[in-house]
Amino acid sequence: MTELESTLLDIMQEDCRLPLEKMARAAGVSLTEAAEAIDRLEQERVILRYAPTINWDKTDRERVEAMIEVRVQPQREMGFDAMAKRIYVFDEVKSVYLMSGSYDLLVLVEARTLKELALFVSEKLSTLEAVTGTATSFVLKRYKEDGVIFDDEEDDQRLVITP
Amino acid sequence: MNYDRYLNRKIAAVPPSGIRRFFDLASTMKGTISLGVGEPDFVTPYHIRSAAIDSLNNGETQYTANRGLLTLRREIAYYLHRRFGSTYDPEKEIVVTVGASEAIDTAIRALAEPGDEILVPEPSYVSYSPSVIFAGGTPVPIVTTVENGFRLTAEQLRAAITPRTKALILPYPNNPTGAIMEREDLEAIAAVVREKEILVLSDEIYGELTYGGRQPIGFASLPGMHDYTVTINCFSKSFAMTGWRVGYVCAPAPLAEVINKIHQYAILCAPRQGQAAALEALRRGREDDYEDIRHMRESYDRRRRLMVDSFRQMGLECFEPLGAFYVFPSIAKTGLSSEEFCRRLLNEKQVACVPGTAFAPSGEGHIRCSYATGLTKLNIALERMEAFLKELA
Repeated sequence: MTELESTLLDIMQEDCRLPLEKMARAAGVSLTEAAEAIDRLEQERVILRYAPTINWDKTDRERVEAMIEVRVQPQREMGFDAMAKRIYVFDEVKSVYLMSGSYDLLVLVEARTLKELALFVSEKLSTLEAVTGTATSFVLKRYKEDGVIFDDEEDDQRLVITP
Repeated sequence: MNYDRYLNRKIAAVPPSGIRRFFDLASTMKGTISLGVGEPDFVTPYHIRSAAIDSLNNGETQYTANRGLLTLRREIAYYLHRRFGSTYDPEKEIVVTVGASEAIDTAIRALAEPGDEILVPEPSYVSYSPSVIFAGGTPVPIVTTVENGFRLTAEQLRAAITPRTKALILPYPNNPTGAIMEREDLEAIAAVVREKEILVLSDEIYGELTYGGRQPIGFASLPGMHDYTVTINCFSKSFAMTGWRVGYVCAPAPLAEVINKIHQYAILCAPRQGQAAALEALRRGREDDYEDIRHMRESYDRRRRLMVDSFRQMGLECFEPLGAFYVFPSIAKTGLSSEEFCRRLLNEKQVACVPGTAFAPSGEGHIRCSYATGLTKLNIALERMEAFLKELA
């Protein structure tokens, strides 16, 4: 990772919709240099996609989320990576993490209704051979995600003009 | 009732800060993006805030020594030596103050008597000249220009010195221009100081915010300059601690003694929890090589480049600032005065900047734009300014 790539990642994490020429200026390089560096980051899959952080509670969309702690019994030729893959191929699954601690995989699941979500756990997840146990917790409210606070208040508390 | 006959005429005659006037106007406007803010957009780092809360919970609610907690003064001495190269005795040469503002005021009051001249390079921070006047002295402006990169030159200094000159205020890195003094610039000033034997009040509050890999330079670190220098610094800009009001003034012991006399009668001591927070800021900094500052400086530097290049792209002449968090572009070619430019920009595009004239008459033709604001907002502000300039043309 070059210094430029690292700087560009910082900039994009703050605002990935900033026009490319302004990203280049902020990074102190030419438009071409910035564009090439971003291309590299995309090709090497350092940057996977550009997506907004959405406060779904403000939409009228029905949506249920749960975090499921999954314990698995790794089997011959079936390590954690393979198990994770078996789980993340389901459309309902938003994220899967391998965890340290009392369980193995943390699975974030999203569905339209509670029933759908319950069916996913009972019919798809629990039935996988290597899964030895699950513990499902529903998300009641989201306060902060990806560093963004879900709050309507303007967080800049400074006076408009100061010396 | 007319209070004129009661008021101190000298003080009543000083006009209120030009910034204040603009503030009243800007704060009534909805949806304004402000580039007029002279403080970091970062919140004080969490561990520093926690230290103040712990201090409160531990019942540390009493006065401290007039000069501030000795532990804090020791950390300040270490910090100044390590980062600025300046050496001060924590017991006799450092006074912790209510922000750099008090430090400036008390240091000037400790020196200026009626008839004394204090040299003030301009444009610069709004409080120097009023403080000199309040103290009974005479501020003597030295106009720095964009041609010299808003630096103070040895020739200008030499030309301004009279037998009544007591001290020079050295405001670098500079608010509002963002100018810095390189080592050789400071050495040239030091040579004149040595020869003419005047004192220097070096306001180094933006010292940590210098870009391009430069290290802060304490004026007191230059050969022989310790004995001529009053160093002013604070936690506001480098550690994002403006509201805590903690600064310090460092000076040779006999000067510090007098400064402390004023501080002791007028203030007693800087707020206890602010001192606890400042102590944590420096302790952690000593351990992690001032990671908090480095992180903020890198972020400011990106915004700085964005601002300068974007202004130039719009066709505004823009001196490259290498310090603080301000850009000071020239708007002279629009034909508007600084004040008119800022007023119209605010009314028509809801972007607040500060007219250069708020900092000195010589600031005419310039506006101060602070980049202590996130990239998203800066980008919108820049787009609005570009549209404004196009409409003017």
